[in-house]
Amino acid sequence: MRSKSGCANWKTAEPNKLTIMRPVVVIGIGKTPFGAFADRDLRSLAVEAGRKCLQNGHASPSLVDAFFLGNFAGPSFVGQNHLAPYVSTALGIYGVPATRVEAACASSGSAFFHAYNGVASGAFDIVLVAGVEKMTSQPTPKVTEILAAAGDCAGEIKAGSTFASLFAMIARRHMHQFGTRREHLAAVAVKNHANGALNPDAHMRKTITLEQAMAGKPIADPLNLYDCSLISDGAAAVLLSPAERAAEFTDKPVRVLGIAQASDFVALDQKPDITTFPAVRRASEKAYRMAGVGPADVQFAELHDCFTIAEIIALEDLGFAPRGEGGPYTAEGHTARTGERPINTSGGLKSKGHPVGATGVAQICDLVLQLRCEAGERQIPRHSLGLAQNLGGSGATCVVTILGTI
Amino acid sequence: MSDETGTVYTETVVYSATEAFTPEAPYQLAIVALNSGGRVTGRILGDRVRIDDRVAQVEVRGGVPCFSVLRTP
Repeated sequence: MRSKSGCANWKTAEPNKLTIMRPVVVIGIGKTPFGAFADRDLRSLAVEAGRKCLQNGHASPSLVDAFFLGNFAGPSFVGQNHLAPYVSTALGIYGVPATRVEAACASSGSAFFHAYNGVASGAFDIVLVAGVEKMTSQPTPKVTEILAAAGDCAGEIKAGSTFASLFAMIARRHMHQFGTRREHLAAVAVKNHANGALNPDAHMRKTITLEQAMAGKPIADPLNLYDCSLISDGAAAVLLSPAERAAEFTDKPVRVLGIAQASDFVALDQKPDITTFPAVRRASEKAYRMAGVGPADVQFAELHDCFTIAEIIALEDLGFAPRGEGGPYTAEGHTARTGERPINTSGGLKSKGHPVGATGVAQICDLVLQLRCEAGERQIPRHSLGLAQNLGGSGATCVVTILGTI
Repeated sequence: MSDETGTVYTETVVYSATEAFTPEAPYQLAIVALNSGGRVTGRILGDRVRIDDRVAQVEVRGGVPCFSVLRTP
């Protein structure tokens, strides 16, 4: 079929796309602890996560057919570019395609999406996908500046915006439209710190009270220090294979049931409604459809709580809570580890830490730990279907992944 | 004062700024819905504004529109 312009009409081919894909499984995971490590460089972190992952998947580097690396700002943070082969060769992976993916804080979620497609399409069999960021070698104002480059530098950033200020403006509008309160934001931080305190790899392993979370140092009104995720160093990696080869590597394969990536405006002031993220809605609708499940079937999730308000809006955009009610839903305890749908049992970006390029793959690792019943003290009883949501910038990129053992 | 006026869609006060803006903090930012159409991120000069306040552009500083609350006489 041809369109008026004479070009092939690509839209007619889309419905068949999924049917030619083959099932893909996660066969290995590996992570470094997250934290501030003055004596570690970017490559050593990525290599540690990659080695642990290959060991976990009982695979030698020579079996890897392709390497994808999620990294947001290695060139700005540590002055190193050409990062994918820089890391892959240090892992003993030679000759195969090695590709860096950058999508702000969704860099490694996007790397995972592209790795998945590589395996599902049959282009590759065994794919290693890692994410890494080394942030703490720079002072906070410089880190804030490097992160801000994920916004619109010709507009909002030139005016003096930071990412905290963009999410503060989102929070302010959400409060105005729906009556969301400061206490609701604080409830997200209290819950995620309670979870992170049980995670041996978390950056900040301490519980906080609601009073503490309400009274943090102001960062961008109405957000305070306890509403903001951490500046961390760290890396994470996962190993993918086609389902038909899983038994060669593991007796606990985890299936990728649904996955989608979506995009939206980079500048916050271009969005018609800043209290919702269309990219999250679009990606999740597609991932749910692919997995053949709905929000009610998702037992637990790792959500992108870069700021407390982001977790509240994610609950709404993913269909876990009605629109405008993500705050009360959290304050009522539904997202606690003991609640009906535990969110961020790892501690989330808030307590586990947020080495931005590592976050998307780390979310996948944390889902897999729960799905394999290897989450230790923070293990939850219902753990056969989980969802990860990885957000870039103020919502310009979103990757939603649904994993399961069912 | 220019003719550009609008309404505050959302706002924040920045306390922890990027390296370049640290000497100016704290300062107020807002997304302003312009009466002429569209929205723009700008700085607020003078009194603090809230959502739905009416503002007017008072200057453009280094390419950044700066607004102040519009007082009706």
